[in-house]
Amino acid sequence: MLDPLALAVAWPLLGALSITLLPRWAAHLGILAAVGATLSALGVAFAVMDSGSLTSELGGWKIPLGIGLRADGLAAAFLAMVNLVALGVSIHASVYFADSKARHHFWPLWFLLWTALNALWLARDLFNLYVTLELMGLSAAALGALSGTRESISANLRYLLLGLAGSMTYLLGVALLYVAYGSLDLVQVARSLAPGPSSAAACALMIGGLSLKAALFPLHFWLPPAHASAPAPVSAALSALVVKAAIYLVLRLWLDLFAGIANASAAMLLGLLGGSAVLWGSWQALRAERLKLLAAYSTVAQIGYLAMFLPLIAAAADERGRASLLVAWVLLALTHGLAKASFFLATGLVQKTTGHDRIAELGGAAQSLPAATFALGLAGAALIGLPPSGTFFAKWILIQAAIASGQWWWVPVIMLGTLLALGYVFRLLARAFTREPTPPHFVTSARAELSALLLAVLAMLGVGLAARPIANLLGV
Amino acid sequence: MADPYLPLAIVLSSALPGALIFFLDEEFHRLRTALNLFGAIFKLILVGWMIWGVFHGHVYLSHLELLPGLELILSADALSVLFVTLSTVLWLVTTIYAIGYLEHSPNRSRFFGFFSLCVSATVGIALSGNLLTFIVFYEILTLATYPLVAHRGTPEADRGARIYLAYTMTGGVVLLTGAVWLQTLIGPLNFTQGGLLSTAPESLHPQFIWIFFLLLAGLGVKAALVPLHGWLPQAMVAPAPVSALLHAVAVVKAGAFGIVRLVYDLYGVEFAYGLGLLDVLGAFAAATILYGSLKALSQDSLKKRLAYSTVSQVSYIALGASILGPIATIGGLVHLVHQGLMKITLFFCAGNYAETLGIHQVSEMNGVGRRLPWTTLALTVGALGMIGVPPVAGFVTKWYLGLGAADAGAYWAILLLIASSLLNAAYFLPILYRAWFRPPPPSWPEEHRFPTRLETDPALLWPPLITAVLSLGAGLFAAAPFSPLEWVRLIAAREYGP
Repeated sequence: MLDPLALAVAWPLLGALSITLLPRWAAHLGILAAVGATLSALGVAFAVMDSGSLTSELGGWKIPLGIGLRADGLAAAFLAMVNLVALGVSIHASVYFADSKARHHFWPLWFLLWTALNALWLARDLFNLYVTLELMGLSAAALGALSGTRESISANLRYLLLGLAGSMTYLLGVALLYVAYGSLDLVQVARSLAPGPSSAAACALMIGGLSLKAALFPLHFWLPPAHASAPAPVSAALSALVVKAAIYLVLRLWLDLFAGIANASAAMLLGLLGGSAVLWGSWQALRAERLKLLAAYSTVAQIGYLAMFLPLIAAAADERGRASLLVAWVLLALTHGLAKASFFLATGLVQKTTGHDRIAELGGAAQSLPAATFALGLAGAALIGLPPSGTFFAKWILIQAAIASGQWWWVPVIMLGTLLALGYVFRLLARAFTREPTPPHFVTSARAELSALLLAVLAMLGVGLAARPIANLLGV
Repeated sequence: MADPYLPLAIVLSSALPGALIFFLDEEFHRLRTALNLFGAIFKLILVGWMIWGVFHGHVYLSHLELLPGLELILSADALSVLFVTLSTVLWLVTTIYAIGYLEHSPNRSRFFGFFSLCVSATVGIALSGNLLTFIVFYEILTLATYPLVAHRGTPEADRGARIYLAYTMTGGVVLLTGAVWLQTLIGPLNFTQGGLLSTAPESLHPQFIWIFFLLLAGLGVKAALVPLHGWLPQAMVAPAPVSALLHAVAVVKAGAFGIVRLVYDLYGVEFAYGLGLLDVLGAFAAATILYGSLKALSQDSLKKRLAYSTVSQVSYIALGASILGPIATIGGLVHLVHQGLMKITLFFCAGNYAETLGIHQVSEMNGVGRRLPWTTLALTVGALGMIGVPPVAGFVTKWYLGLGAADAGAYWAILLLIASSLLNAAYFLPILYRAWFRPPPPSWPEEHRFPTRLETDPALLWPPLITAVLSLGAGLFAAAPFSPLEWVRLIAAREYGP
């Protein structure tokens, strides 16, 4: 009997190893491993929906000696989304990197990153989390530098060093907890955690380190140059998935580990940073001169929304309010993952056609690629939060919680953030309406364009309307 | 037993063909036309089925619960059937017109794809059973109409579309905020005959007033209530079938329909009256009616004159909602249909002048009645109807609004109606005079001959004639069963009770 949790980690790992051994077959092996990983991730999600949660111990070694894997609803939801996005990115990349030298480096690193991501959702102990974070940071920075320009190398070197600083800070917090409680298992530590200076310091260090990796304002400065200079499929993975992993861990630790000691004012601090991120990120995206920079700043803003939930979760009156905020958080995060990946992939297509991504000089490029422009439009609409995307329903619940808990000041922030997002998305889409001749076909390169388009359709129509099954998966 | 499929099928009958059309290569004219007409006719059949069902008291309800308190509901009451029928009939006519109008122009797959989505969103608005669903379709409508306004790709089109988007999306965000606030206070906002709020505790009433203004502002943008009307004249850069759709069926009407839902099915007309909100709505409506008419007087561009006329005429619907009493309600609601029929006729005619003769300005219209007699006849019917000359449909509206105002003791509204009708006459009669009685110029600005014995392309000629006949019929046969007026009487009777 094969363990679905182990399979979800094993598929991408096998992919990385086999591609390293047989580089000639990289694209084929890559698609095979991607399909395998995605199927096993979806299998995990369905199994969790049936049974509540899954656990396993690798090789039969018991906790605390062995490595344990665990999938609850939250982890399974992310696992499913991330693997769908990664499948789309892989299909897209098989075209994008087809004739470039970078493909020899792309595929092994990409599957290493994928392995780290899948292991991160499933890890149940604080040290394993550190290992996955480190692996994720290393492979992500290496992927980001693949385009080989001076700009991308310096941006990604900075990304690497700051990522290291973030994970070291996290590790310091873990060490404090280990000294105090003698365990690294998430569940065991959470059970025995008591308020005190060392717990508080551990909380601050771990959340702080992860915030750096999640690019939470004002620690976001490394993100735009790194994400904007990477090759498009890599930018998609970095912006949609890697950053998401860090903010996911913030929430997970906040709710599962530090629930007893993380107080309302700490939550408010994170919320205020989130609110500032929404406004600052959206404003910078509106002013960005390059397409990919625009997308990168939009990620800064979206991470802000996710942080903004924390004070509202803390202030929720009852369990039902908390539960619906949690669902909203997941809806927003999943929609952003799908939409931002699609946005970057489509951006890459536009960039390949024109040879650059300066917004002012795009000319009729957008109009000559209808499928890519549609992907940009749908993904953009999902980022703004137009219905029926998941973002729309998430914002509805967010505003409702803000009014109900008396924290009305979030409402204008959300309104303004939405309008700014509208500005930066349509600044782009307006360029798709020019007097250029009509393109003869809707789709020109099926694999490259449809992968982006399908992700956008999922973001716009899939996540929001599937809120009920997602809530069931989360067990609320 | 509620039928869960029909409302959904009515929305999808245009959305799915629309989605398919996007993928068609540009040269597949026949397939695209077939898909368009198939969707339009199939929708019409489904709507006919629904009218029959609602009349016989069948219940139609499609719903999808997303989370506790967040539910998407499509259902059919008499009011939604009124709007659904209007938009379905006019969509069919407009589709025929658009196929003729856009012959040989670029990017037709994109155009017709969004055109179909636009109607799907309108029908979704009509069938929405609660405010959440309404907002979902209301925003989809904005998203689907933006590419239609920007379609031409000229700098003016770009500018018009941006202004349109800025207005409507800001309105959308304000509407969303108001809706969430209201839901936080009283729970799910299902549209209910007689309103939801009258049973709420009195301590909430001050908040209800604020929320009413938020919701009204959000809806007023699309309904072009002064001072939120600025986008409408700018959006005139769109191709004529889009203007027709925007003004008669989709956008402006969606805003007006939303105001009707807000007053009757959310707040409840008597409750809103008790809070003094109807007076405010009436003041905005009156200001809009006068302002739109005054601005229309000074426009030389035919489409702009029609646009300001829309600003003015759509507010009759809000005016009807702002006067307490069943008769005024009838006058306002029936104008939802009447204005649509008459205004779409006028826009079709304006499109014909532009396409056939290159005429865009009122001052170029001398003697145009001799060159395009049938088109000008249709224009005459529409214009006389707008003024309120019997037996065209517009007369019925003004008659009921006037009676309703007298019944409620709102004599200012009667004065307003008289003033507005005089202004309507002042900006429409000169057009008719020029068209019929002035001698034609030696040559037209840009004449285009079609290979037909008719005065212009048949796909351009038949739609205005059909809608002109419908506008006449809605007035002549106002007392016949299933006429718009009789249907609206049914709605008013249900709202005010026996």
